[in-house]
Amino acid sequence: MSDQTPLEVALPAAVVDLIGQVQYETPGDFPVEQGYIATSCASVENGNPLFWDPEVADALTNGPIAPPSMISVWFRPHHWAPGRTEEALPLQVHFDLKATFDLPEAVMTDNTIVFHDPVRPGDVLKTRQILRSVSGPKTTKLGTGRFWVIDVEYLNQHDALVGVETYTGFGYRRDAA
Amino acid sequence: MTPVAKVLLGEVQAGDRLADFAYDVTATTIVLGALAARDWRPMHHDYDFAVHRNGTQNIFMNTPNQAAWFERYVTDWTGPTGRLGRMKFRMLGSVYPGDRMVFSASVEAVTTDAVGCGWAHLLVTLAVEGETKTDCTVAVALPTSRTDNPWDRRGERWLP
Repeated sequence: MSDQTPLEVALPAAVVDLIGQVQYETPGDFPVEQGYIATSCASVENGNPLFWDPEVADALTNGPIAPPSMISVWFRPHHWAPGRTEEALPLQVHFDLKATFDLPEAVMTDNTIVFHDPVRPGDVLKTRQILRSVSGPKTTKLGTGRFWVIDVEYLNQHDALVGVETYTGFGYRRDAA
Repeated sequence: MTPVAKVLLGEVQAGDRLADFAYDVTATTIVLGALAARDWRPMHHDYDFAVHRNGTQNIFMNTPNQAAWFERYVTDWTGPTGRLGRMKFRMLGSVYPGDRMVFSASVEAVTTDAVGCGWAHLLVTLAVEGETKTDCTVAVALPTSRTDNPWDRRGERWLP
């Protein structure tokens, strides 16, 4: 008897082989910076003195840190860069799956973030992506497609884990009206 | 130095409710949040793309910016000694310009883990006109005493 569920049997072997594999281990484009921390806090009117008052940051966290929820910000590529010939995509495994299954649209439905060591200005994070699962075909109010779960691990320049983010995406094709 | 208010673990119990927080969303809120999160995808700033390609009613708030709103709401309550350990979002609907977001939360449990770190487990909801758009479970570490600081924890002493 096979260990695979019917849904897994329906997946292409190339996709099954990727489940659990580390992919796209890449460094961030730039060091974590104070200005972006202020921009993020301003966007949600977050007045936490930890991010605005250096004395509070010294007292509580031995110096400035970034809001934990900013963790994904530090690996999102620039919208444009000299010499780039293809669009850089921040969660490449997600876009690979859209292409593999020919699903032009996608949304994220669930997102879990676990925070470890604080991220500090000057840190250069690196990330790696791990596909955890892909569902069989599903139909929702958006259209017909598949759900998938992707882990993104974040480490700093000392190889200390700073966070793990788990995304559930739904890639879909809008149903004909 | 800015005065640091803090909520201590012993001051919190299951069933407590946080004060609601309401915010009127504009297109600027959505676009500013997306760009602050370095999310350049057009459904968060391009009305025509959002409506005609994605089939949504307008541009909508992206996930990282929602995370920032949830963090702000939780740490407004805890003060800066509150340290986020884990957040899990379930997106049920989108937030659009013109919506009035209302954040509310309840304390589901209060625990102390194996290494002595105190945790408040919250269920936070973001609703528009009474309809939940996103719910978020949050584990936030709180000081167990006036001298405890969750931010001092590292390695095996931090188990989020």
